This record gives sequence, structure tokens and C-alpha cells, in this order.
Amino acid sequence: MAQTLAETIKEITRKHLEENNGIILGQCLSAVGWVNNTVPDTKNIIELPMTDIAGAGIAAGLAITGRRPIFVIRFQDFMFLNSSTLVNYTAKAKEIFNISVPVFIRALATEGNGTGPVHSAVLHSIFMHMPGFKVCSPMTPGEYTQVWDEFMKSDGPIYVSEHRKSFNQTDEIPDIISPDADITIYGISTARFSAIQAIETLKQEGIKCNFVNILWLKPLDLTEKLTMPLMKSGIGLVVDTDFEIAGASQSIAYELMKKTNKYVEALGAEDRSVGTAQRYENGTPSPEKIITKIKELIEIRKNSNCG
Amino acid sequence: MEYYNTQANDTKLEIFKKMCHIRAFEKQVKKSYDTHDIKCPVYLSIGQEATSATISTIFKPDLIFTQHRGHAYYLSFGGNKDKIIDELLGRDSGCNKGKGGSPGIQDLNIGMIGHHGLIGENVPLAVGATLGDSTKKTLCVFGDGAAEEDYVFTAMAFAQTHKLPILFICEDNDLSILTKKQVRRNWELTDALKAIGMPTANIPDDPELITPYIKEFINKLPAFINCKTCRHLWHVGTGQDGTPQTDRLEEYKQKLLEIGYELEQLQEIEKQKLTEAEVLWRKHLQRQ
Ligand SMILES: Cc1ncc(C[n+]2csc(CCOP(=O)(O)OP(=O)(O)O)c2C)c(N)n1
Ligand SMILES: [Mg+2]
Repeated sequence: MAQTLAETIKEITRKHLEENNGIILGQCLSAVGWVNNTVPDTKNIIELPMTDIAGAGIAAGLAITGRRPIFVIRFQDFMFLNSSTLVNYTAKAKEIFNISVPVFIRALATEGNGTGPVHSAVLHSIFMHMPGFKVCSPMTPGEYTQVWDEFMKSDGPIYVSEHRKSFNQTDEIPDIISPDADITIYGISTARFSAIQAIETLKQEGIKCNFVNILWLKPLDLTEKLTMPLMKSGIGLVVDTDFEIAGASQSIAYELMKKTNKYVEALGAEDRSVGTAQRYENGTPSPEKIITKIKELIEIRKNSNCG
Repeated sequence: MEYYNTQANDTKLEIFKKMCHIRAFEKQVKKSYDTHDIKCPVYLSIGQEATSATISTIFKPDLIFTQHRGHAYYLSFGGNKDKIIDELLGRDSGCNKGKGGSPGIQDLNIGMIGHHGLIGENVPLAVGATLGDSTKKTLCVFGDGAAEEDYVFTAMAFAQTHKLPILFICEDNDLSILTKKQVRRNWELTDALKAIGMPTANIPDDPELITPYIKEFINKLPAFINCKTCRHLWHVGTGQDGTPQTDRLEEYKQKLLEIGYELEQLQEIEKQKLTEAEVLWRKHLQRQ
């Protein structure tokens, strides 16, 4: 059977710990499922005490000595506590001190099941905002491997925005491009899965959508792979799991619009806190929500003749 | 430490009743969780009833800041029972309209502030709230994991510097999720706080041992008690790994028998609390 994303992470980690003198650190790594079975039972595992501030500093210190630490944060919400040393030292060290501080930041997310106000966010956008980070959101084994290879060549931190919903993923996710598409959908994080479902449904209704995967959020490489489908379809939509307001979806929509002079909108999580009961969830935009948005955009174009 | 008689007899019985009440209530939570009537994660206090039951019979704080495992405190200090049940059932009639769930239970009538879920952050919050009005006394509760959070010691030291009237309690179940203390650290928070002059105690959660310390410490706050306890169920949810090492409720019952209480009387209390909790939960569940 093909390898899942979780197994891929575990194998990459095992190799790093056993062969590279690499190191992994985080809280409660070696208990309750070993971080969704992504951490191997081997050497070079550091169980941090429950320190959500000093922990990041310790990771950065390890990176200075060349250990290329994997720093695990089980819920991205905890990044607000853990980010000071990452933002203010780790990400700036190359530019200011000419020191390499490569930390592989595994920031996990989850949603649903009443995880509530502080265990349910995806927060890659705030790291895009800060200089010195590479930011990505791999959802497949191949993408994760690509990210890891990039890390091994990097001088600074990589923010890896993971989501537990993707851990069983075995297949790669291909782009979908057709010359006569009505719109181009750009997908980030788990919003890619719901976007693909939305596109399937719309196809049956006669609406054709391009679909483009975005793995690297920063630096954003505005290659033809990204821009060409939009040039043809005339309008675009960037969907993301993180908050929409001042988030990756809005930022990338803006970049695409500037580059192509075509109209692009954004769709992400709503601007409100998540409550514990199910009716208060605010996770990955659902296929239904994406469908409504796509129809709305196609309507706008019809009426304005843009694109 | 040797066992000694520190409470009046009616206090002993009150503590026992509260422990039975918490146990019975939590059993109902477990039942409703197992039948999926409760759909949110729950953090249960089964096995850890003694601290809140004892503290609440002696100390009457104006403000209470607990962390995610807070049902026992809510109940011991007389929080509204209907509202905690509805909160766990995710209803609009819950104490936070179903938005806060098990960690977030709150009842401002007893001064209890809900926990948002970031471990240990209730400690600086409690310190700030007491600084805001130090005519008020505060109870602040956290776990042995939380004790390691960077801002916890710092906030407690601030309370010591400013002599803020806060009783800090650590419910030390030797676990952060499922990782034991010895894997995480080789120091005790009591030693660190002793070094800065705070009155501290590091004791098992036996009500007879906790009582004299609370009585002494409430007159020289801030102070800190690390209570060693035994969580019976999983960190979150209702699962169980084997038989618990100790059961403080059972031990306390034995001690009460030793000093002359009648078995029938104690069993009657246990039965009564179980029935009360069952009736109350049934009423709420039927209201669907
Ligand atoms: C700031 C922060 N870091 C990590 C977590 C994840 N987490 C939730 S509970 C917990 C363990 C808490 O242990 P302890 O304070 O001893 O409380 P207990 O569950 O044993 O009652 C951890 C690590 C969190 N919720 N918040
Ligand atoms: Mg604990």
C-alpha cells in the first residue's frame, strides 16, 4: 500500500534522527499516539517540559549548533506563545548576524469535535507577514518530501503548516486545467480538499473550474503554472483554511491580481472565534460555501464583463 | 506523613459529601459522553475530588481561576449545576452558551472565571485580577504540567513581591497528558517558591493533611500547596488505563470508619449523591 503522509513524516524524521544527528523536540511527543504517529521511537527525541516560551528558544539554540531541529507544536494556536524567539531571533539571524538558524517548525492543526477556541486554528498567515520565514502547507507525501529537501538546504526557519485532516493522504493532488474554464481556484491547506469536491459538483452543473495547488505560501513563486490558467479563465478565487482577513488567501489573491490584471477574490475562515459546540465551528471552508462563492464570482463577471 | 485529626467532625462529613457529589456528577458526565449526548471533549476530575472539596469548606475566595480540569471546583464552590450540564451538552442555556465546553465552565456568581484552554495562563490572569482589587481573595488552581509553563513561576513571584492574597494550588497528578513528571523535570515548584519566601507545602491530597495548611496559609497569602493526587481516567475523555493506583475517596471513607463513623451512614451519602446526580442529568437529557 502507498505511504500515507503521516508515515512519510515519520520516515523523514527517523532518518534525520538516526543518520544526521538531527533532533526533535516538543511536548508529550512520546505519549498518546506519538503525535498522530508521525514521531518514530528512536534516539534524539527531547521531551520538553510544558514550556511554551523557552521551548522555541531551545530549538533555535540547537539550530545554531547545526542540529537542524524539528520543533513540534501540537496546535498552531500555541504559536502565539512560542513565536517570539522564532520571529525575533530565528527568522532574523541570517540577515542580522549572518548565522544560520534552520528550525523545521511543525505546526499542527485540527478542527471539528469541539476542539474549541484555542485548539482549532491554522495560522500560517501571520508567519508570512514576518520577514525571514519560508512558509508552506504540504498535504501530500510528495509535497512533504519536497519541503524537507528544501529545509535541508535552508539557512533559516520553515513554518510547516500541517493539518491532521491530511495525515492519511496517500495520493498527490494534481492541478486541473482546461482551456475553457470559467474560473481558476487556488487551494491552500485543507481547503484544497473541499475545493476539489466543490469543483466536482460544479462540473455536473456545467461550470468548469481550473484548480491550482499552492504548496509554498512564501516565497510565493508567481510562475506561469499559477498565472496562465487565470489569464485564460479571467477570474480567480484563492481558498484557504486560515482566516481570510489579512490572511494568505487575501494576500495571494492580491499578488495574482497585480501580476495578471485579472479579478481574484479570497475565501478563508470567518472573522470570529471558534466555540466548542458544533454550531460555532469555523474551520475549512465547506464545498457548499466554496460553490456559493464561485457562483457569485461568475455572476459578477457576467454583469461587469471583466476578464 | 502521619495521619492526624485536624477537622471538626461535621467538616469531615461535609468534605466527604462534596467528594461523593463530585464523583457522582462526573460519573454522569462520563455516561453522557459515552452515549454521545456530550459531543465536546471533557476533562474529568474523578480521583481528584479531595482538593476542591477540602479547600471549599475552609476558604471562601472572591475569585476562582481554575484550569481545564475544573468541574470539581465549579461544583465544590456551588456553581450552578443546570448551567454546567447544559454547557457540556452544548446548549444555549449553558454557562457559556455551549461555546466554552468543559474547560470553559464559568459562574460569576461564585467568582469563577472560565478557562480558555491555554495551560497556565490562568495564573497571570489570577495575579492581575487580584492586583486590580486586593481587598479580594483569590484561589488559583493549575496542574503539574502547567507548573512548568514559563509564565507561571514568574506570575507567582510577582504575587509574592506584591503580597497579593492568592492561594495557589497545584493538582499534581504526575501527568502532563500521559507524560510523567520525571520525564519532564527534576525539580519541584515548592522548592523554587520557597526560595523566594512564599509559604509552601508539598503533600498528598488527603483532606486531613490539606486542612491545617489551608487554615494556616489563608492568613499569610500568597501561598502555594502542591497536592499529590491520582487521576483515574484519561487526560481527555472517559477512557481508563488499568486500575488507578490510589482512590482518595475510598481511603478517606476508610479513615472516617476508623474514627467511628458508621458504614451505613457513609454508604447512604454515596447512594444519595449518585441518585441526585442521576435525577438531575436525566432531567436535562430528557429536555433535548
Ligand atoms: C499553552 C499550552 N500548551 C500546551 C497545551 C496542550 N496541553 C493541554 S493539557 C496539557 C497537560 C496539562 O497538564 P497539567 O497542567 O498537569 O493538567 P492535568 O491535565 O494533569 O490536570 C497539555 C500539554 C495547552 N493546552 N496549552
Ligand atoms: Mg497533571
